Amino acid sequence: MAILEVSNIKKSFGKTEVLKDISFTLEKGDVLSIIGSSGSGKTTLLRCLNFLETTDCGKIVADGEVLFDSEDKTKMTDEKIRENRLNFGLVFQNFNLFPQYTVLQNLTLAPTLLKKGDDVTIKQKALELIKKVGLEEKADFYPCQLSGGQQQRVAIARALALNPKILFFDEPTSALDPELTMEVLNVIKGLKESGCTMVIVTHEMAFARDVSDKVIFMDGGVIVEQGDPEQVINNPQNERTKHFLNRYKENS
Amino acid sequence: MSFLEVTAFLFDGFKISLLIFAVTLLCGAPLGLPIAFCSMSRFKIVKSISKVIVWIVRGIPLMLQIFIIYYVPGLLFGYQLFGQIDRYMFIEYGIADAGRITAVLIAFALNYACYFSEIYRGGIESISKGQYEAGYVLGLTKSQIFRKIILKQVIQRIVPPMSNEIITLIKDTALANCIMVCEIIKNAKELAATKALIWPLFFTGVFYLVFVGVLTVVLNKAEKKLSYFRS
Ligand SMILES: Nc1ncnc2c1ncn2[C@@H]1O[C@H](COP(=O)(O)OP(=O)(O)OP(=O)(O)O)[C@@H](O)[C@H]1O
Ligand SMILES: [Mg+2]
Repeated sequence: MAILEVSNIKKSFGKTEVLKDISFTLEKGDVLSIIGSSGSGKTTLLRCLNFLETTDCGKIVADGEVLFDSEDKTKMTDEKIRENRLNFGLVFQNFNLFPQYTVLQNLTLAPTLLKKGDDVTIKQKALELIKKVGLEEKADFYPCQLSGGQQQRVAIARALALNPKILFFDEPTSALDPELTMEVLNVIKGLKESGCTMVIVTHEMAFARDVSDKVIFMDGGVIVEQGDPEQVINNPQNERTKHFLNRYKENS
Repeated sequence: MSFLEVTAFLFDGFKISLLIFAVTLLCGAPLGLPIAFCSMSRFKIVKSISKVIVWIVRGIPLMLQIFIIYYVPGLLFGYQLFGQIDRYMFIEYGIADAGRITAVLIAFALNYACYFSEIYRGGIESISKGQYEAGYVLGLTKSQIFRKIILKQVIQRIVPPMSNEIITLIKDTALANCIMVCEIIKNAKELAATKALIWPLFFTGVFYLVFVGVLTVVLNKAEKKLSYFRS
């Protein structure tokens, strides 16, 4: 059974329809990359799935549990929205670490507030995650003392601290210099090897091709093409996909 | 009058200045918070009422506000509330000026609460929405996010403008003498009138300077203490 089933999602801001009927599924342990030009709705899709925006229409099922169904007219409580969010983790383009907390405190804050265990266990788990993203020497540093790449790795570890079923990334490397991009991409590759299910919005085509099990190309709020990475990136069928990827080749 | 006697007399007045300072801070600073939240309310009516109040209070001179608070009960209800408090406290306990000081404290607390509220609002609105969203995706409640994530960043950002207001406040306390409250400058003027001594009036500046010096050191310490992170 798929760990994520998204069916017929629609989202408008006022009169502009940003997502028009998005459907896809994701298997446990798979990595899905979402590519597409600016304004095609990739961020909006991630935000809808993480309940940062309210979806207008459609259905979201995670691990067999219906998180959102526009057919169901009972109003979503804040409590339910919070529970829903805990199924997923989201890593932002600009990290959004909490500046007044150290790396370790950034990781332990939410598990402690949500009473996800005793302090010792939470701290131990946090330290393991910090090690996993290669920052064991930086546990007591503040975010402002870290490079962008290091901050993004902390943000990834912070999202993992709550054991999300799926980890979402919104252009995790586009605020970073090329040298720092690699260290973050390597962490993501490592996560894939440990079986983490991930959805990654990215402009790194080579990375998307290497790391993904599935690629979605979005344009104008619809999924134009989806399939395995070799097919979508190296041998696209659709004209719009070809056009988009060609522009990429010219630029890089 | 000897130098020491003059100093002691002026210091009696300065105690009233310090009282106004302390009470305004202790009441105005907390009171600014609900006003700030009202100014940011989703409800248009609450928001507009709050903004109009802030506009009026910041828009007219504090001296005028002191007169309004002091005279309005008498004008509206025919009851000189503060004058009565003055008389009662003097007859019963021998305390002078209690009613006038109360009027001044109310005017100051309200006035400064409005200034503080704008500082709070600016501080809160300056925090990026990414900080809230990072909290949301970690499953935190709005109140947890505010208390554990936003608040400290806001405090860091408002310390410098608050310091400015606090330093202005001690000097503003001199306005209390517009309704004859015996703060330091009123006492100095009294010496000029009754003893033909003019130098004490200028000497009052030393009291303010010393106090502002201490305040500056303390506030700078607070600012430094919060500078361990950058938001
Ligand atoms: N809160 C909002 N209010 C109004 N319009 C919005 C809002 N958020 C996004 N949009 C619009 O939705 C469209 C899709 O935006 P989105 O950020 O999802 O694109 P994207 O694919 O992530 O682009 P990029 O690659 O530049 O990040 C854009 O036209 C944008 O202007
Ligand atoms: Mg985007």
